[in-house]
Amino acid sequence: MTYFPEEVVEHIFSFLPLHSDRNTVSLVCRVWYEVERLSRRAVFVGNCYAVRPERLVQRFPNVRTLTVKGKPHFADFNLVPPDWGGYAGPWIDAAARSCMGLEELRMKRMVVLDENLELLARSFPRFKALVLISCEGFSTDGLAAIASHCKLLRELDLQENDVDDHGPRWLSCFPDSCTSLVSLNFACIKGEVNPGALERLVARSPNLRSLRLNRSVSVDTLSKILVRTPNLEDLGTGNLTDESESYLRLSSALEKCKMLRSLSGFWDASPICVPFIYPLCHHLTGLNLSYTPTLDYSDLTKMISRCVKLQRLWVLDCISDKGLQVVASSCKDLQELRVFPSDFYVAGYSVVTEEGLVAISSGCPKLSSLLYFCHQMTNEALITVAKNCPNFIRFRLCILEPKKPDAITNQPLDEGFGAIVRECKGLRRLSISGLLTDKVFMDIGKYGKQLEMLSIAFAGDSDKGMMHVMNGCKNLRKLEIRDSPFSDVALLGNVAKYETMRSLWMSGCNVTLKGCQVLATKMPMLNVEIMNELDESSEMEENHGDPSRVDKLYVYRTTAGARNDAPDFVKIL
Amino acid sequence: MEFDADNLSATELRLGLPGTSSSDGVTKKPSPSVGAKRALDDTRTETSGTGPAADADDQDAAAAPATKAQVVGWPPVRAYRKNTFQAAAVAAKKKAEQQGGLYVKVSMDGAPYLRKVDLKMYKGYRELREALDALFTNSVSAAAAAEGGDHQHALAYEDKDGDLMLVGDVPWDMFISSCKKLRIMKGSEAR
Repeated sequence: MTYFPEEVVEHIFSFLPLHSDRNTVSLVCRVWYEVERLSRRAVFVGNCYAVRPERLVQRFPNVRTLTVKGKPHFADFNLVPPDWGGYAGPWIDAAARSCMGLEELRMKRMVVLDENLELLARSFPRFKALVLISCEGFSTDGLAAIASHCKLLRELDLQENDVDDHGPRWLSCFPDSCTSLVSLNFACIKGEVNPGALERLVARSPNLRSLRLNRSVSVDTLSKILVRTPNLEDLGTGNLTDESESYLRLSSALEKCKMLRSLSGFWDASPICVPFIYPLCHHLTGLNLSYTPTLDYSDLTKMISRCVKLQRLWVLDCISDKGLQVVASSCKDLQELRVFPSDFYVAGYSVVTEEGLVAISSGCPKLSSLLYFCHQMTNEALITVAKNCPNFIRFRLCILEPKKPDAITNQPLDEGFGAIVRECKGLRRLSISGLLTDKVFMDIGKYGKQLEMLSIAFAGDSDKGMMHVMNGCKNLRKLEIRDSPFSDVALLGNVAKYETMRSLWMSGCNVTLKGCQVLATKMPMLNVEIMNELDESSEMEENHGDPSRVDKLYVYRTTAGARNDAPDFVKIL
Repeated sequence: MEFDADNLSATELRLGLPGTSSSDGVTKKPSPSVGAKRALDDTRTETSGTGPAADADDQDAAAAPATKAQVVGWPPVRAYRKNTFQAAAVAAKKKAEQQGGLYVKVSMDGAPYLRKVDLKMYKGYRELREALDALFTNSVSAAAAAEGGDHQHALAYEDKDGDLMLVGDVPWDMFISSCKKLRIMKGSEAR
């Protein structure tokens, strides 16, 4: 193969879609390494501190799509202190110097500043797509820069970011010459947008397929917009609080959108709006009602019972077990279900229990992805679910009260989760909750051979629990643990494993400074970051009376060495 | 829906060749303005609501049993979602206050958690008692099962002066203007 001209080798490589395959061929010989790196178009960086941005852009100067993820997952729940890191700046700076052809940038859980967005907007003449998920640090001024300067912009997708609102000006910054928009999602923008500017932007975007509005957009504006977008496939509504007359206009506009398959938004939706959505329902494959506490069980079921082709459903637990039974009997193609809590306080009263989940599992055998918040669960229910739905890829169950046992037998839920990992041979992601002993970890280690991500909270009795997982789960990439009794013994039980994983998070466990130091010494290719709950002082003695206990530990493999942007409360061993 | 990059974890870049030492400038740390916002999220989730943004309810949290105090970062719901709901709840509360809603906490001895009722929703004492019966049926029957005997509950309230008063003595309108908290007491204590 090395006797082929490089253009031929490059052409052959273009048939390798997976990053892992391209990484492998780059190791064969110097020639292949060179051919591969110069022809690589997409790079995915799962941990922004695993590699230096300069090194990456030097190796792949012709990259067109760059995806970078920053903070660890538990940052979503405020477990990572603010200012921990995850800065987009160095990545955008490096790309601006070396990758002129950059077209797409996707970032998740990173700190992005307005000045970063301005640099981005000015540096890449062919820039087409910006996707920011759960990021923070920027304002609508940064968006104004993107709108003003990215002449070929196709996609601006802002998902659940914390954006400072500096007024509606940004939307008007899209020049009249910008007609290339395919996807626009500004649902997370808190402030008003200028309805006229929005309508004009939509009117000159014939390729628009996905549009997600924010809370400030009225039903009237939505109706006017929809008249211009007959080919829309994905819609996130604005607020749906108006009087009935507006809904008639909306209804006739919606009728024209024959391609609409996915619906979300429903901010502050009044129940009056529900019947006007009916004509859409039987085409829908995706429905997100999880930000709508104003619709109750009967409104929700009236809508969902008509959505016979539904594949993805996100709802609040006010749908109740009864509502989930309606879902189970109506939505036979359901693949992904997420049931979120509408009341965040742990001790609420039951609206969604194991019964709803069992109903779903028996009605929807194609179910492969689940996120389920509930007040109680039983082993029997989980065993039934496992038998009904062996195709789970993602199974995340959150029983709101930590360490809650089986609601009927009062036993730990080891058996139930054990059944899940045993039956679902393709399980890649698992989150467990409720009362759990080391036994469940035995099963996870024994059967979780495809498991890539595991989230543990308030579970286990001893170090054996964590050891089972570390030794048994061959494909484990991310392990995150909170408030579980695992100590240095478990941390140090299989140190080589950490080089095969992206990261380990442990908080509220029993690891000590000494244990972390041993880990750091044994494994120089890891960054061992510890964070303690300290006030002003940096003395460890202040901490819970135990001078060496580590509050938060984040371990990750890296070729970049210790990072130089860590704040004072982070100690890198 | 959401771009789930976790699905791409199998395609993660791993640099196989030995890394070369790279020269890089010192990264500028941006000013910690981001951190200031986060404090607001935690005032709701931490047990001692001493943050400046804590509303009146959180300052009462000290009265709630410690076992039911909230745990930081639990349940695992994204901050964005929590903030969105809090914004909606604040708006709803404002609306309710404008419409004159009057929410007071109701505790029942032996029940693990408190409830809240809007006193403006009821026309008189009878409706209030019926509503409380409905809210606390589970706890009542659990208590009955535990004690195995005939039990009575007395309904008391805490007034503006902080005194514990028996419900029913004063006219309804006077009651709702002075009632700050309701308490359902076990028969034995009420005597």
